[in-house]
Amino acid sequence: MSAAPLRVVHYVNQFFAQLGAEEAARTAFGVREGPVGPGIGLQKALGDGGRVVATMFCGDDTAATDLPGLGAAVEGALRDLGADVVVAGPAFNAGRYGLACGEVCARAVAMGIPAVTAMNVENPGVELYRRRTYVLPTTPTALGMNETLGRLAHFAVRLGRAEPIGAPADEGYYGRGVRKTRILQRRAVDRALDMLAARMGGAPFRTELPLPAVDRADPAPPVADIRGARLAVVTTGGIVPAGNPDKLKQSNSTEWRAYSIDGLERLEPGKFESIHSGYDASAANADPNYVVPIDAMRELERSGAFGAMLPRYYVTVGVGTAVGEARRMGREIAADLRASGVDAVILTAT
Amino acid sequence: MITALGPVASELGANRVVRGVKIPHPCGDPTLERSRDRALRIGLIRGSLRALATKLDKAEIFEGEAA
Repeated sequence: MSAAPLRVVHYVNQFFAQLGAEEAARTAFGVREGPVGPGIGLQKALGDGGRVVATMFCGDDTAATDLPGLGAAVEGALRDLGADVVVAGPAFNAGRYGLACGEVCARAVAMGIPAVTAMNVENPGVELYRRRTYVLPTTPTALGMNETLGRLAHFAVRLGRAEPIGAPADEGYYGRGVRKTRILQRRAVDRALDMLAARMGGAPFRTELPLPAVDRADPAPPVADIRGARLAVVTTGGIVPAGNPDKLKQSNSTEWRAYSIDGLERLEPGKFESIHSGYDASAANADPNYVVPIDAMRELERSGAFGAMLPRYYVTVGVGTAVGEARRMGREIAADLRASGVDAVILTAT
Repeated sequence: MITALGPVASELGANRVVRGVKIPHPCGDPTLERSRDRALRIGLIRGSLRALATKLDKAEIFEGEAA
């Protein structure tokens, strides 16, 4: 006797809902009947186990800048859809999309509907949502789409049927911070000595207590004398001199540069451009001061609100950029700032 | 940091956060008439200066200052 197919509701962003790319990033939340875009692959992977009855969608900018609003819209939609399980994404390395997928699933779970999403380990959605919903790992880019849809479908069916899910390492999802007590056959001292012997012998071993990578800094002491302070602007918004003379990458950045603003009252459109591939660059190209606010800073420098501007700004591109690379670039930029006598920094992010 | 994704930034380790306008244009609003847009940008920098001069024990989100 086979069970009736589960009612699956899918969530995708504007791009995968085939409504457009960055220019459609402010699409309002909506619901379509049946599967859309990768939902078709999801349906195939579900087979008779599930039916994608509806697809929720929302623009990435709309979602990420108002996650509670997205959650409320999702709650309203799910109340009428009779979902057995919700699947969101996969989002891979897309940061705004990952946040949206996490919020969609977290809201479903809060309503008592099991949910699962998938994204790459570098996605900020992992850290913010892995405790509130199941998040499966993925490759960095959508090259892994088919394989990921297969895993999502399989996981979704198990969730929908209320099958027990085992430990993260065994089942393939990011740890949810849940502790389950198990009785092991071997004593702790024996397991510890085995681990020590393996470690000293260079053999692989699996720790029983992974320490979380804490990457928080205490707030720096405030600037004592802001009116006399030397300030600099650092941006991850990818604003560079027109023509991108140093050929900075448009995503997955590994390099930063500093460009002169000596004698400039503002960044002139046409002389500077945005090379960042993760947001709609039309506003920034029409006026680069929207991302690197030199015009406003010069005015406040003149009026004495702060001491002086460093005659250059720093730039990298903050989309798909690995955390490890960002950490290294941050240290290098900080060293350069210190050597330049900068007291405080205004960071701008897109 | 001036960003439209204020709560995300502060939860992921940025301690002094000023709420920007929108993702593609955090430091301004192209729908506003020029001088009001400029005043908005000045307000965001003023808010940033205030954040830089404020003693904090934990992450805080600041608003730009009104003209």
